[in-house]
Amino acid sequence: MGMTIGEKILARACGRDVVRPGEIINARVDLCMANDATTHLNIDIFEKQLQGEGVFDTEKVIFIVDHNVPAESIKTAEVHKKMRNFAKKHDVPFYEGTGVCHQIMIEDYIVPGQLIIAADSHTCSYGGLGAFGTGVGCTDFTSVMHSGEIWLMVPETLKFVLEGDFTQGVYARDLILKIIGDIGANGATYKIMEFAGAAVKNLTMGDRVVLCNMAVEAGAKTGIIEPDERIVEYVKSRGRYEMQLFKSDEDAVYEEIYKYSLTDIEPMLAIPHNVDNVIPVREIGEVKINQAFIGSCNNGRIEELRVASQILQGKKIAPYVKLLIAPASQEVYLQALEEGLITIFAESGAMVLNANCSVCWGGCQGVIGEGEILISTGTRNFKGRAGHPKSKVYLASAATVAVSALTGKITDPREAMR
Amino acid sequence: MMKGKVWKFGNDVDTDQILPSQYLLLPTVEEMKQYTFEPLDKEFAAKIARGDIILGGENFGSGSSREQAPLVLKALGVSAVIAKSFARIFFRNAINIGLPVLICKEVYERTQPQDTLEIDVQEGNIHNRKTGEQFKTTKLPAHVMKILDAGGLIEFLNKSKGAS
Repeated sequence: MGMTIGEKILARACGRDVVRPGEIINARVDLCMANDATTHLNIDIFEKQLQGEGVFDTEKVIFIVDHNVPAESIKTAEVHKKMRNFAKKHDVPFYEGTGVCHQIMIEDYIVPGQLIIAADSHTCSYGGLGAFGTGVGCTDFTSVMHSGEIWLMVPETLKFVLEGDFTQGVYARDLILKIIGDIGANGATYKIMEFAGAAVKNLTMGDRVVLCNMAVEAGAKTGIIEPDERIVEYVKSRGRYEMQLFKSDEDAVYEEIYKYSLTDIEPMLAIPHNVDNVIPVREIGEVKINQAFIGSCNNGRIEELRVASQILQGKKIAPYVKLLIAPASQEVYLQALEEGLITIFAESGAMVLNANCSVCWGGCQGVIGEGEILISTGTRNFKGRAGHPKSKVYLASAATVAVSALTGKITDPREAMR
Repeated sequence: MMKGKVWKFGNDVDTDQILPSQYLLLPTVEEMKQYTFEPLDKEFAAKIARGDIILGGENFGSGSSREQAPLVLKALGVSAVIAKSFARIFFRNAINIGLPVLICKEVYERTQPQDTLEIDVQEGNIHNRKTGEQFKTTKLPAHVMKILDAGGLIEFLNKSKGAS
């Protein structure tokens, strides 16, 4: 009986040849990361309860300030100061304002085969590079930061076989919304979502991250894709050469296998207030928007910014509508600047924000008021996610968001791209 | 044995409902707890009594990994959360801070808000004092029970350190 890629990474991490679903293992962690949404609590636990003296490895614990940056209040500034001081004291890598934590991890740290534990639910993003990332809370994180180890239950794996190519105006973002709509917000709870099939080789690294990033929205422990030459090349181009390329065995056991033809996917929309509440954009009817957002760990990379710029070039966003764009990292920002995208955005009337989590999480930037409607490339549309409990968030691709910002209402991007 | 009044919620109660993002960076859990369940019921924190029990449907605690969600429930004195199913990060977080989380499908259908439940976590028994009905919870893995028994992960690790 063979193993899936996820099982193989867990087996490697606990020093065994074989692991099976349901087993509880004690795994060595290759990297751990925390951000400013929770780190002040981690530090309290570390210093007061655990009485930890040092971190397990000063090169493998990474602190990133990305959620409320720059600080919008004195209280937040104090939290950031606490995090900065801890990072200095323990001599661990510290990033502030250079982008969304997962994008920075992908740019600077992730290689195939790693096990990464981070205090953020979208840690599953790293599966796009063939690594096993999973999110935890403060207490688990603090324990990992101290010991470099964590107990994990080996999950079952669900396989999603992807065939064909996307048609114009359709993206990986639409596919993952479609899948979550099909299997539900707890359709993969505790499990691994493995994406495979002939279509994968045509997906960019960014596309793969888009798919894996939202695995948690179906409840999964992680999303993962076998790494291929495209991923190896990217990682090497970033100066990282040591990696382990795991592949699922032919006779690996999957709890369930789903098949998707990319050709059949159309622009999709997650409507309030759950990510699995998904319909095709063409079925939405007349929904006027107050704000549009392009950014986040799911959909704020250069690919999405290019798509948005093609739609916005030479046009103006609708009256009384705001379009906010936050590149996923400083590096993405600079690339967009070099390609002239920032100029296009500014001339269309969009506000280009610093690289951070921004509108996606409703903590500081671009918060919306009572009764207001946001269309977003963010990760979640929960009640009140972007501001007032009586506001509404719709999730869609960068193309759908950009087109909707021009028309002032939720619009199928294929209408503008024909 | 614990005993408390029931506060009943629906399916897919996400951690943004339990504690919205804008309160996560408050310096302490004590300052955060007054905002618990604010999007669903602004008065919740004032109404709940120590020892009360949260009863959720499917996928309780979905979404963000914020440990602040189980922490504010614990700080308000919630004695246990029972749900038809839990999202995995919330489930781990609750165990790690010593807040009992129990999986039981039947009790959800047969319990009304404000009923009083008695829970024996060790035995996995739930007793509805109003209706007299008894329910069995899903058994947790032994490793998980050990962490819960110790009062949380840090207590468990400190205890293991002492023992070795």
